[in-house]
Amino acid sequence: MTNEVTVDARGLACPRPVINTKEAVEAMTGPGTVRTLVDNEIAVQNLQKFAAQRGLKAAAEKKSDNEFEVVLEVGEGQSAPAAAEITCTPDRRSGGLVVVFDSDSMGHGADKLGRILTKAFIFALTKQDELPEIMLFFNSGAFLTSADSESLEDLKALEAAGVSIRTCGTCMDFYNIAEKLAVGSPTNMYEIVDAMEHAGRLVKP
Amino acid sequence: MNRVLEKLPRSIRDDNLLIGFDSRDDAAVYRITDNLATVQTLDFFPPMLDDPYIFGQIAACNALSDVYAMGGEVKTALNIVCFPEQMSLNVLGEILRGGSEKVAEAGGVLAGGHSIADDSVKYGLSVMGLVDPEKMYPNNGGEPGSRLILTKKLGVGIICTANRIGAAPETAMQAAVGSMLILNKGAAEVLRDYPVQACTDVTGYGLLGHLHEMMDGRLSCRLSLDAIPVFDEALALADEFYLTAAAQRNRNYIGPFVHFENVPFAWEEVLFDPQTSGGLLAAVAADKAEDCQAALQKAGLPAQIIGEIVPKQEAEITVAGN
Repeated sequence: MTNEVTVDARGLACPRPVINTKEAVEAMTGPGTVRTLVDNEIAVQNLQKFAAQRGLKAAAEKKSDNEFEVVLEVGEGQSAPAAAEITCTPDRRSGGLVVVFDSDSMGHGADKLGRILTKAFIFALTKQDELPEIMLFFNSGAFLTSADSESLEDLKALEAAGVSIRTCGTCMDFYNIAEKLAVGSPTNMYEIVDAMEHAGRLVKP
Repeated sequence: MNRVLEKLPRSIRDDNLLIGFDSRDDAAVYRITDNLATVQTLDFFPPMLDDPYIFGQIAACNALSDVYAMGGEVKTALNIVCFPEQMSLNVLGEILRGGSEKVAEAGGVLAGGHSIADDSVKYGLSVMGLVDPEKMYPNNGGEPGSRLILTKKLGVGIICTANRIGAAPETAMQAAVGSMLILNKGAAEVLRDYPVQACTDVTGYGLLGHLHEMMDGRLSCRLSLDAIPVFDEALALADEFYLTAAAQRNRNYIGPFVHFENVPFAWEEVLFDPQTSGGLLAAVAADKAEDCQAALQKAGLPAQIIGEIVPKQEAEITVAGN
Protein backbone atom coordinates (compact mmCIF):
# COMPACT_ATOMS: atom_id res chain seq x y z
CA MET A 1 0.00 0.00 0.00
CA THR A 2 1.55 3.24 -1.14
CA ASN A 3 0.41 5.93 1.24
CA GLU A 4 3.52 8.00 1.69
CA VAL A 5 6.06 8.70 -1.02
CA THR A 6 9.04 11.01 -0.94
CA VAL A 7 10.29 12.64 -4.14
CA ASP A 8 13.77 14.08 -3.76
CA ALA A 9 14.00 16.73 -6.46
CA ARG A 10 16.85 18.70 -4.93
CA GLY A 11 19.42 19.55 -7.57
CA LEU A 12 16.91 19.04 -10.37
CA ALA A 13 15.93 21.87 -12.70
CA CYS A 14 12.34 22.70 -13.61
CA PRO A 15 10.24 21.03 -14.93
CA ARG A 16 11.67 17.90 -13.24
CA PRO A 17 10.44 18.54 -9.69
CA VAL A 18 6.83 18.94 -10.82
CA ILE A 19 6.95 16.12 -13.37
CA ASN A 20 8.49 13.68 -10.86
CA THR A 21 5.89 14.71 -8.28
CA LYS A 22 3.09 14.33 -10.79
CA GLU A 23 4.29 10.83 -11.64
CA ALA A 24 4.45 9.94 -7.95
CA VAL A 25 0.89 11.21 -7.41
CA GLU A 26 -0.39 9.31 -10.42
CA ALA A 27 1.36 6.13 -9.29
CA MET A 28 -0.54 6.16 -6.00
CA THR A 29 -3.15 3.48 -5.62
CA GLY A 30 -5.05 5.07 -2.76
CA PRO A 31 -5.14 8.14 -0.56
CA GLY A 32 -1.86 9.28 0.94
CA THR A 33 0.78 11.95 0.84
CA VAL A 34 3.57 12.86 -1.55
CA ARG A 35 6.45 14.73 0.06
CA THR A 36 8.66 16.56 -2.43
CA LEU A 37 12.03 18.07 -1.52
CA VAL A 38 13.31 20.92 -3.69
CA ASP A 39 16.12 23.43 -3.39
CA ASN A 40 14.51 26.66 -4.57
CA GLU A 41 11.39 28.70 -4.05
CA ILE A 42 10.42 28.86 -7.74
CA ALA A 43 10.10 25.06 -7.74
CA VAL A 44 7.88 25.33 -4.65
CA GLN A 45 5.63 27.77 -6.49
CA ASN A 46 5.44 25.51 -9.53
CA LEU A 47 4.50 22.59 -7.26
CA GLN A 48 1.77 24.74 -5.70
CA LYS A 49 0.37 25.52 -9.16
CA PHE A 50 0.32 21.80 -9.93
CA ALA A 51 -1.49 21.10 -6.65
CA ALA A 52 -4.03 23.86 -7.27
CA GLN A 53 -4.79 22.57 -10.77
CA ARG A 54 -5.26 19.03 -9.48
CA GLY A 55 -7.25 20.13 -6.43
CA LEU A 56 -4.68 18.70 -4.02
CA LYS A 57 -4.05 20.20 -0.61
CA ALA A 58 -0.46 21.47 -0.45
CA ALA A 59 1.67 22.65 2.45
CA ALA A 60 5.11 24.15 1.85
CA GLU A 61 7.80 24.55 4.45
CA LYS A 62 11.23 26.16 4.24
CA LYS A 63 13.72 23.86 5.95
CA SER A 64 16.81 25.94 5.23
CA ASP A 65 18.04 28.45 2.65
CA ASN A 66 18.18 25.87 -0.06
CA GLU A 67 15.88 23.16 1.18
CA PHE A 68 12.12 23.28 0.90
CA GLU A 69 9.52 20.61 1.48
CA VAL A 70 6.12 20.51 -0.19
CA VAL A 71 3.63 17.97 1.14
CA LEU A 72 0.69 17.11 -1.11
CA GLU A 73 -2.32 15.33 0.28
CA VAL A 74 -3.83 12.98 -2.25
CA GLY A 75 -7.40 12.07 -1.41
CA GLU A 76 -9.48 9.13 -2.59
CA GLY A 77 -9.62 9.15 -6.41
CA GLN A 78 -7.38 12.21 -6.66
CA SER A 79 -4.33 10.48 -8.09
CA ALA A 80 -5.65 10.79 -11.64
CA PRO A 81 -6.44 14.09 -13.38
CA ALA A 82 -9.86 15.41 -12.36
CA ALA A 83 -11.14 15.95 -15.88
CA ALA A 84 -10.94 13.30 -18.55
CA GLU A 85 -7.98 14.08 -20.76
CA ILE A 86 -8.86 14.83 -24.33
CA THR A 87 -6.81 12.69 -26.64
CA CYS A 88 -6.90 12.47 -30.41
CA THR A 89 -6.00 8.80 -30.46
CA PRO A 90 -7.48 6.09 -28.30
CA ASP A 91 -5.41 5.23 -25.26
CA ARG A 92 -3.48 2.11 -26.17
CA ARG A 93 -2.04 1.55 -22.71
CA SER A 94 -3.41 -1.65 -21.31
CA GLY A 95 -4.26 -2.22 -17.69
CA GLY A 96 -1.15 -2.76 -15.67
CA LEU A 97 1.28 -4.22 -18.22
CA VAL A 98 4.83 -3.67 -16.94
CA VAL A 99 7.84 -4.45 -19.17
CA VAL A 100 11.18 -4.95 -17.44
CA PHE A 101 14.61 -4.52 -19.08
CA ASP A 102 17.30 -5.89 -16.78
CA SER A 103 19.90 -5.86 -19.55
CA ASP A 104 20.59 -4.05 -22.81
CA SER A 105 21.00 -7.47 -24.45
CA MET A 106 18.10 -9.88 -25.01
CA GLY A 107 18.60 -13.57 -24.28
CA HIS A 108 21.80 -15.53 -23.70
CA GLY A 109 24.48 -15.79 -26.37
CA ALA A 110 26.39 -13.20 -28.36
CA ASP A 111 25.97 -9.74 -26.81
CA LYS A 112 25.94 -8.10 -30.21
CA LEU A 113 23.01 -10.25 -31.29
CA GLY A 114 21.32 -9.62 -27.94
CA ARG A 115 21.44 -5.90 -28.48
CA ILE A 116 19.98 -6.20 -31.98
CA LEU A 117 17.15 -8.28 -30.50
CA THR A 118 16.51 -5.71 -27.77
CA LYS A 119 16.24 -2.93 -30.33
CA ALA A 120 13.82 -5.01 -32.39
CA PHE A 121 11.82 -5.88 -29.27
CA ILE A 122 11.35 -2.24 -28.32
CA PHE A 123 10.44 -1.34 -31.89
CA ALA A 124 7.88 -4.15 -31.95
CA LEU A 125 6.44 -2.85 -28.67
CA THR A 126 5.60 0.46 -30.36
CA LYS A 127 3.53 -1.44 -32.92
CA GLN A 128 1.39 -3.40 -30.46
CA ASP A 129 -2.28 -2.59 -30.06
CA GLU A 130 -1.79 -2.64 -26.31
CA LEU A 131 1.08 -0.59 -24.92
CA PRO A 132 2.68 -1.14 -21.52
CA GLU A 133 1.73 1.11 -18.65
CA ILE A 134 5.25 1.16 -17.24
CA MET A 135 8.67 0.22 -18.66
CA LEU A 136 11.43 -0.34 -16.10
CA PHE A 137 15.15 -0.23 -16.95
CA PHE A 138 17.84 -1.43 -14.58
CA ASN A 139 21.39 -2.77 -14.52
CA SER A 140 22.74 -2.55 -18.09
CA GLY A 141 19.15 -1.95 -19.22
CA ALA A 142 19.83 1.64 -18.10
CA PHE A 143 21.88 2.15 -21.28
CA LEU A 144 18.67 1.83 -23.33
CA THR A 145 17.24 5.15 -22.07
CA SER A 146 20.56 6.94 -22.32
CA ALA A 147 21.48 9.51 -24.98
CA ASP A 148 23.50 7.00 -27.05
CA SER A 149 20.74 4.37 -27.15
CA GLU A 150 19.65 3.12 -30.54
CA SER A 151 16.10 2.73 -29.21
CA LEU A 152 15.71 6.34 -28.18
CA GLU A 153 13.23 7.31 -30.89
CA ASP A 154 11.03 4.28 -30.17
CA LEU A 155 11.12 4.96 -26.44
CA LYS A 156 10.25 8.62 -26.97
CA ALA A 157 7.32 7.54 -29.14
CA LEU A 158 6.16 5.20 -26.38
CA GLU A 159 6.52 7.96 -23.80
CA ALA A 160 4.56 10.33 -26.02
CA ALA A 161 1.81 7.69 -26.13
CA GLY A 162 1.66 7.83 -22.34
CA VAL A 163 3.94 4.96 -21.31
CA SER A 164 5.79 5.72 -18.08
CA ILE A 165 9.51 5.08 -18.69
CA ARG A 166 11.59 4.75 -15.54
CA THR A 167 15.29 4.03 -15.17
CA CYS A 168 17.07 2.91 -12.02
CA GLY A 169 19.03 5.86 -10.61
CA THR A 170 21.56 3.70 -8.77
CA CYS A 171 22.33 1.88 -12.02
CA MET A 172 22.82 5.10 -13.97
CA ASP A 173 25.14 6.36 -11.22
CA PHE A 174 27.08 3.10 -11.29
CA TYR A 175 27.60 3.28 -15.05
CA ASN A 176 28.19 7.04 -14.81
CA ILE A 177 25.40 7.85 -17.30
CA ALA A 178 22.97 9.76 -15.04
CA GLU A 179 23.65 12.94 -17.00
CA LYS A 180 22.75 11.19 -20.23
CA LEU A 181 19.23 10.06 -19.37
CA ALA A 182 17.35 11.04 -22.53
CA VAL A 183 13.86 9.65 -22.07
CA GLY A 184 11.58 9.11 -19.08
CA SER A 185 12.59 9.74 -15.50
CA PRO A 186 14.89 8.22 -12.89
CA THR A 187 13.44 5.85 -10.35
CA ASN A 188 14.50 3.98 -7.22
CA MET A 189 14.17 0.45 -5.88
CA TYR A 190 11.13 1.32 -3.80
CA GLU A 191 9.26 2.36 -6.94
CA ILE A 192 10.59 -0.58 -8.93
CA VAL A 193 9.34 -3.03 -6.30
CA ASP A 194 6.03 -1.20 -6.14
CA ALA A 195 5.58 -1.21 -9.92
CA MET A 196 6.39 -4.94 -10.13
CA GLU A 197 4.15 -5.83 -7.20
CA HIS A 198 1.19 -3.96 -8.61
CA ALA A 199 1.72 -5.03 -12.22
CA GLY A 200 -1.27 -6.67 -13.88
CA ARG A 201 1.21 -8.59 -16.04
CA LEU A 202 4.98 -8.50 -15.98
CA VAL A 203 6.90 -9.08 -19.23
CA LYS A 204 10.66 -9.43 -19.61
CA PRO A 205 12.36 -9.79 -23.01
CA MET B 1 17.25 43.22 -11.69
CA ASN B 2 15.77 46.73 -11.82
CA ARG B 3 16.69 47.20 -8.18
CA VAL B 4 20.34 46.52 -9.03
CA LEU B 5 20.30 48.75 -12.09
CA GLU B 6 18.74 51.65 -10.20
CA LYS B 7 21.70 51.75 -7.84
CA LEU B 8 24.32 52.09 -10.58
CA PRO B 9 26.01 55.49 -10.69
CA ARG B 10 24.86 57.41 -13.76
CA SER B 11 27.56 58.57 -16.10
CA ILE B 12 27.55 62.12 -17.44
CA ARG B 13 24.46 63.06 -19.35
CA ASP B 14 24.85 62.94 -23.12
CA ASP B 15 21.97 64.26 -25.18
CA ASN B 16 22.98 62.09 -28.10
CA LEU B 17 22.17 58.96 -26.10
CA LEU B 18 18.60 58.63 -27.32
CA ILE B 19 17.84 55.32 -25.64
CA GLY B 20 19.75 53.97 -22.65
CA PHE B 21 19.09 52.77 -19.12
CA ASP B 22 16.36 55.34 -18.58
CA SER B 23 14.09 53.75 -21.12
CA ARG B 24 12.84 50.20 -20.93
CA ASP B 25 14.58 49.10 -24.12
CA ASP B 26 17.24 46.39 -24.33
CA ALA B 27 19.36 48.32 -26.79
CA ALA B 28 21.29 51.60 -26.67
CA VAL B 29 20.73 54.14 -29.43
CA TYR B 30 23.32 56.88 -29.95
CA ARG B 31 22.81 59.75 -32.37
CA ILE B 32 25.68 60.51 -34.74
CA THR B 33 23.93 63.04 -37.00
CA ASP B 34 20.36 64.29 -37.23
CA ASN B 35 19.28 61.38 -39.36
CA LEU B 36 21.69 58.68 -38.27
CA ALA B 37 22.10 56.82 -35.00
CA THR B 38 23.78 53.59 -33.96
CA VAL B 39 21.83 50.78 -32.29
CA GLN B 40 23.96 48.69 -29.95
CA THR B 41 22.79 45.49 -28.34
CA LEU B 42 24.09 42.18 -27.04
CA ASP B 43 22.61 38.89 -25.99
CA PHE B 44 24.02 35.49 -25.12
CA PHE B 45 22.82 32.36 -23.35
CA PRO B 46 23.40 28.62 -22.84
CA PRO B 47 22.15 26.09 -25.42
CA MET B 48 18.44 25.28 -25.39
CA LEU B 49 18.91 22.24 -27.64
CA ASP B 50 21.61 19.70 -28.56
CA ASP B 51 22.55 20.61 -32.13
CA PRO B 52 25.39 23.18 -31.97
CA TYR B 53 24.80 24.49 -35.50
CA ILE B 54 21.12 25.16 -34.82
CA PHE B 55 21.94 26.63 -31.41
CA GLY B 56 24.38 29.05 -33.08
CA GLN B 57 21.74 30.15 -35.56
CA ILE B 58 19.07 30.63 -32.89
CA ALA B 59 21.40 32.58 -30.58
CA ALA B 60 22.26 34.88 -33.49
CA CYS B 61 18.60 35.37 -34.48
CA ASN B 62 17.86 36.28 -30.89
CA ALA B 63 20.76 38.77 -30.60
CA LEU B 64 20.04 40.38 -33.98
CA SER B 65 16.37 40.78 -33.09
CA ASP B 66 16.85 43.85 -30.87
CA VAL B 67 18.07 45.86 -33.86
CA TYR B 68 14.94 44.94 -35.81
CA ALA B 69 12.75 45.82 -32.85
CA MET B 70 14.20 49.35 -33.01
CA GLY B 71 13.48 49.60 -36.73
CA GLY B 72 17.18 49.50 -37.59
CA GLU B 73 19.44 47.69 -40.03
CA VAL B 74 22.15 45.26 -38.91
CA LYS B 75 25.70 46.36 -39.77
CA THR B 76 28.35 44.56 -37.70
CA ALA B 77 28.38 41.78 -35.13
CA LEU B 78 30.97 40.37 -32.71
CA ASN B 79 30.87 36.84 -31.28
CA ILE B 80 30.63 36.29 -27.53
CA VAL B 81 31.79 32.78 -26.60
CA CYS B 82 32.10 30.85 -23.34
CA PHE B 83 33.41 27.35 -24.00
CA PRO B 84 34.84 24.49 -21.88
CA GLU B 85 38.49 23.72 -22.59
CA GLN B 86 37.96 19.97 -22.74
CA MET B 87 35.09 20.09 -25.23
CA SER B 88 35.64 19.37 -28.91
CA LEU B 89 36.42 22.45 -30.94
CA ASN B 90 34.28 20.99 -33.71
CA VAL B 91 31.26 21.82 -31.55
CA LEU B 92 32.41 25.43 -31.26
CA GLY B 93 33.00 25.51 -35.01
CA GLU B 94 29.41 24.44 -35.62
CA ILE B 95 28.03 27.05 -33.22
CA LEU B 96 30.03 29.80 -34.90
CA ARG B 97 29.06 28.57 -38.37
CA GLY B 98 25.39 28.83 -37.40
CA GLY B 99 25.90 32.31 -35.95
CA SER B 100 27.83 33.65 -38.92
CA GLU B 101 25.23 32.35 -41.37
CA LYS B 102 22.48 34.28 -39.62
CA VAL B 103 24.57 37.46 -39.46
CA ALA B 104 25.10 37.14 -43.21
CA GLU B 105 21.38 36.54 -43.75
CA ALA B 106 20.74 39.71 -41.76
CA GLY B 107 22.96 41.62 -44.18
CA GLY B 108 25.59 42.29 -41.51
CA VAL B 109 29.31 41.60 -41.25
CA LEU B 110 30.79 39.37 -38.59
CA ALA B 111 33.80 41.38 -37.47
CA GLY B 112 35.44 39.43 -34.64
CA GLY B 113 34.63 38.49 -31.09
CA HIS B 114 35.91 37.30 -27.75
CA SER B 115 36.01 33.89 -26.12
CA ILE B 116 36.79 32.66 -22.62
CA ALA B 117 37.11 29.21 -21.06
CA ASP B 118 34.10 28.41 -18.89
CA ASP B 119 32.39 25.43 -17.28
CA SER B 120 29.53 25.41 -19.75
CA VAL B 121 28.79 26.61 -23.27
CA LYS B 122 27.28 30.04 -23.81
CA TYR B 123 27.07 31.91 -27.07
CA GLY B 124 25.68 35.12 -28.42
CA LEU B 125 26.57 38.29 -30.25
CA SER B 126 27.13 41.95 -29.73
CA VAL B 127 25.40 43.65 -32.64
CA MET B 128 25.66 47.15 -34.07
CA GLY B 129 23.04 48.53 -36.42
CA LEU B 130 22.01 51.87 -37.84
CA VAL B 131 18.69 53.65 -37.60
CA ASP B 132 17.23 57.02 -38.54
CA PRO B 133 16.31 58.54 -35.15
CA GLU B 134 13.17 60.03 -36.69
CA LYS B 135 11.98 56.61 -37.80
CA MET B 136 13.05 54.45 -34.90
CA TYR B 137 10.51 52.59 -32.79
CA PRO B 138 10.52 53.17 -29.05
CA ASN B 139 9.07 50.25 -27.11
CA ASN B 140 6.77 52.51 -25.12
CA GLY B 141 5.28 54.86 -27.75
CA GLY B 142 1.83 53.28 -28.02
CA GLU B 143 -1.45 55.21 -27.81
CA PRO B 144 -4.96 54.18 -26.77
CA GLY B 145 -6.76 52.66 -29.74
CA SER B 146 -3.70 51.24 -31.45
CA ARG B 147 -3.71 47.55 -32.17
CA LEU B 148 -1.15 45.09 -30.89
CA ILE B 149 0.31 42.72 -33.47
CA LEU B 150 2.46 39.69 -32.61
CA THR B 151 4.48 38.15 -35.47
CA LYS B 152 5.41 34.69 -34.10
CA LYS B 153 3.69 31.93 -32.17
CA LEU B 154 4.22 31.66 -28.41
CA GLY B 155 5.35 28.58 -26.51
CA VAL B 156 8.92 27.82 -27.64
CA GLY B 157 10.23 28.07 -24.06
CA ILE B 158 7.92 25.37 -22.73
CA ILE B 159 8.60 23.13 -25.73
CA CYS B 160 12.40 23.45 -25.34
CA THR B 161 12.13 22.79 -21.59
CA ALA B 162 10.07 19.65 -22.14
CA ASN B 163 12.46 18.59 -24.90
CA ARG B 164 15.37 18.83 -22.49
CA ILE B 165 13.93 15.91 -20.56
CA GLY B 166 12.83 14.08 -23.68
CA ALA B 167 9.13 14.88 -23.29
CA ALA B 168 8.39 17.14 -26.25
CA PRO B 169 6.92 15.44 -29.33
CA GLU B 170 9.42 15.58 -32.19
CA THR B 171 6.99 17.53 -34.37
CA ALA B 172 6.60 20.15 -31.62
CA MET B 173 10.34 20.62 -31.34
CA GLN B 174 10.70 20.89 -35.11
CA ALA B 175 8.01 23.56 -35.23
CA ALA B 176 9.58 25.50 -32.35
CA VAL B 177 13.04 25.34 -33.92
CA GLY B 178 11.60 26.46 -37.27
CA SER B 179 10.10 29.50 -35.55
CA MET B 180 13.26 30.38 -33.62
CA LEU B 181 15.32 30.23 -36.84
CA ILE B 182 13.25 32.97 -38.48
CA LEU B 183 14.99 36.34 -38.36
CA ASN B 184 12.74 39.23 -37.41
CA LYS B 185 14.16 40.98 -40.46
CA GLY B 186 11.19 40.05 -42.64
CA ALA B 187 8.68 41.29 -40.07
CA ALA B 188 10.63 44.53 -39.60
CA GLU B 189 10.67 45.17 -43.35
CA VAL B 190 6.88 44.81 -43.54
CA LEU B 191 6.33 47.03 -40.48
CA ARG B 192 8.37 49.82 -42.09
CA ASP B 193 5.43 50.54 -44.42
CA TYR B 194 2.95 51.01 -41.55
CA PRO B 195 2.42 53.54 -38.75
CA VAL B 196 4.21 51.69 -35.94
CA GLN B 197 3.99 53.57 -32.64
CA ALA B 198 5.91 51.13 -30.51
CA CYS B 199 7.79 47.90 -31.09
CA THR B 200 9.70 45.36 -29.06
CA ASP B 201 10.76 41.76 -29.47
CA VAL B 202 9.24 39.12 -27.24
CA THR B 203 12.04 37.33 -25.39
CA GLY B 204 12.90 36.53 -21.78
CA TYR B 205 10.02 38.32 -20.05
CA GLY B 206 7.40 36.51 -22.12
CA LEU B 207 4.53 38.22 -23.94
CA LEU B 208 3.04 39.69 -20.76
CA GLY B 209 6.39 41.00 -19.49
CA HIS B 210 7.14 42.80 -22.73
CA LEU B 211 3.59 44.15 -22.87
CA HIS B 212 4.10 45.47 -19.35
CA GLU B 213 7.15 47.40 -20.59
CA MET B 214 5.21 48.67 -23.57
CA MET B 215 2.37 49.97 -21.35
CA ASP B 216 4.99 52.13 -19.62
CA GLY B 217 2.87 52.79 -16.53
CA ARG B 218 0.55 55.10 -18.50
CA LEU B 219 -1.46 52.72 -20.70
CA SER B 220 -3.46 49.53 -20.43
CA CYS B 221 -4.32 46.88 -22.98
CA ARG B 222 -6.83 44.16 -23.62
CA LEU B 223 -5.92 40.89 -25.34
CA SER B 224 -8.26 38.33 -26.92
CA LEU B 225 -7.03 34.86 -26.13
CA ASP B 226 -8.39 33.27 -29.29
CA ALA B 227 -6.37 35.68 -31.47
CA ILE B 228 -2.97 34.97 -29.91
CA PRO B 229 -0.76 32.78 -32.11
CA VAL B 230 0.47 29.76 -30.15
CA PHE B 231 1.97 26.31 -30.62
CA ASP B 232 -0.84 23.96 -29.58
CA GLU B 233 1.81 21.53 -28.35
CA ALA B 234 3.01 24.13 -25.83
CA LEU B 235 -0.51 24.31 -24.38
CA ALA B 236 -0.66 20.53 -24.22
CA LEU B 237 2.73 20.37 -22.45
CA ALA B 238 1.71 23.09 -19.96
CA ASP B 239 -1.43 21.04 -19.26
CA GLU B 240 0.90 18.16 -18.40
CA PHE B 241 2.74 20.50 -16.01
CA TYR B 242 5.94 20.98 -17.96
CA LEU B 243 6.34 24.25 -16.08
CA THR B 244 9.44 26.36 -16.49
CA ALA B 245 11.23 28.20 -13.69
CA ALA B 246 11.58 31.31 -15.84
CA ALA B 247 7.82 31.50 -16.48
CA GLN B 248 7.21 31.38 -12.73
CA ARG B 249 9.77 34.17 -12.19
CA ASN B 250 7.94 36.21 -14.82
CA ARG B 251 4.63 35.45 -13.12
CA ASN B 252 5.99 36.63 -9.78
CA TYR B 253 7.09 39.90 -11.33
CA ILE B 254 4.35 40.61 -13.89
CA GLY B 255 1.40 38.74 -12.35
CA PRO B 256 0.18 41.72 -10.27
CA PHE B 257 -0.32 43.75 -13.47
CA VAL B 258 -2.40 41.09 -15.21
CA HIS B 259 -6.09 40.30 -14.98
CA PHE B 260 -7.19 36.98 -16.50
CA GLU B 261 -10.82 36.49 -17.56
CA ASN B 262 -11.68 32.85 -18.31
CA VAL B 263 -8.11 31.99 -19.20
CA PRO B 264 -7.18 28.30 -18.83
CA PHE B 265 -4.13 27.51 -16.70
CA ALA B 266 -2.06 26.26 -19.66
CA TRP B 267 -2.61 29.54 -21.47
CA GLU B 268 -1.47 31.52 -18.43
CA GLU B 269 1.77 29.55 -18.46
CA VAL B 270 2.31 30.18 -22.17
CA LEU B 271 1.67 33.91 -21.76
CA PHE B 272 4.35 34.09 -19.02
CA ASP B 273 6.68 31.72 -20.92
CA PRO B 274 10.03 33.25 -21.89
CA GLN B 275 10.61 33.13 -25.62
CA THR B 276 13.92 32.56 -27.34
CA SER B 277 14.10 34.40 -30.65
CA GLY B 278 10.44 35.35 -30.26
CA GLY B 279 8.49 37.55 -32.63
CA LEU B 280 8.07 41.29 -32.81
CA LEU B 281 5.27 42.88 -30.82
CA ALA B 282 4.15 46.10 -32.50
CA ALA B 283 1.55 48.75 -31.68
CA VAL B 284 0.08 49.87 -34.99
CA ALA B 285 -2.45 52.65 -35.63
CA ALA B 286 -5.93 51.11 -35.67
CA ASP B 287 -6.92 52.08 -39.23
CA LYS B 288 -3.86 50.37 -40.73
CA ALA B 289 -3.68 47.37 -38.41
CA GLU B 290 -5.72 44.97 -40.56
CA ASP B 291 -3.62 45.79 -43.63
CA CYS B 292 -0.45 45.37 -41.63
CA GLN B 293 -1.59 41.98 -40.33
CA ALA B 294 -2.41 40.87 -43.88
CA ALA B 295 0.97 42.02 -45.18
CA LEU B 296 2.82 40.17 -42.43
CA GLN B 297 0.81 37.02 -43.15
CA LYS B 298 1.57 37.40 -46.85
CA ALA B 299 5.26 37.44 -45.90
CA GLY B 300 4.70 33.95 -44.41
CA LEU B 301 4.49 34.91 -40.75
CA PRO B 302 1.79 33.63 -38.34
CA ALA B 303 1.13 37.26 -37.35
CA GLN B 304 -2.12 38.21 -35.62
CA ILE B 305 -3.74 41.27 -34.10
CA ILE B 306 -3.89 40.06 -30.51
CA GLY B 307 -5.54 43.02 -28.82
CA GLU B 308 -5.60 46.76 -28.41
CA ILE B 309 -4.20 49.49 -26.23
CA VAL B 310 -6.78 51.27 -24.05
CA PRO B 311 -6.57 54.23 -21.64
CA LYS B 312 -5.01 53.35 -18.29
CA GLN B 313 -7.22 51.16 -16.12
CA GLU B 314 -6.87 49.39 -12.83
CA ALA B 315 -5.66 46.21 -14.49
CA GLU B 316 -2.78 47.07 -16.78
CA ILE B 317 -3.15 43.97 -18.94
CA THR B 318 -6.48 42.18 -19.31
CA VAL B 319 -6.51 38.84 -21.09
CA ALA B 320 -10.00 37.72 -22.11
CA GLY B 321 -10.74 34.07 -22.82
CA ASN B 322 -13.90 32.74 -24.39
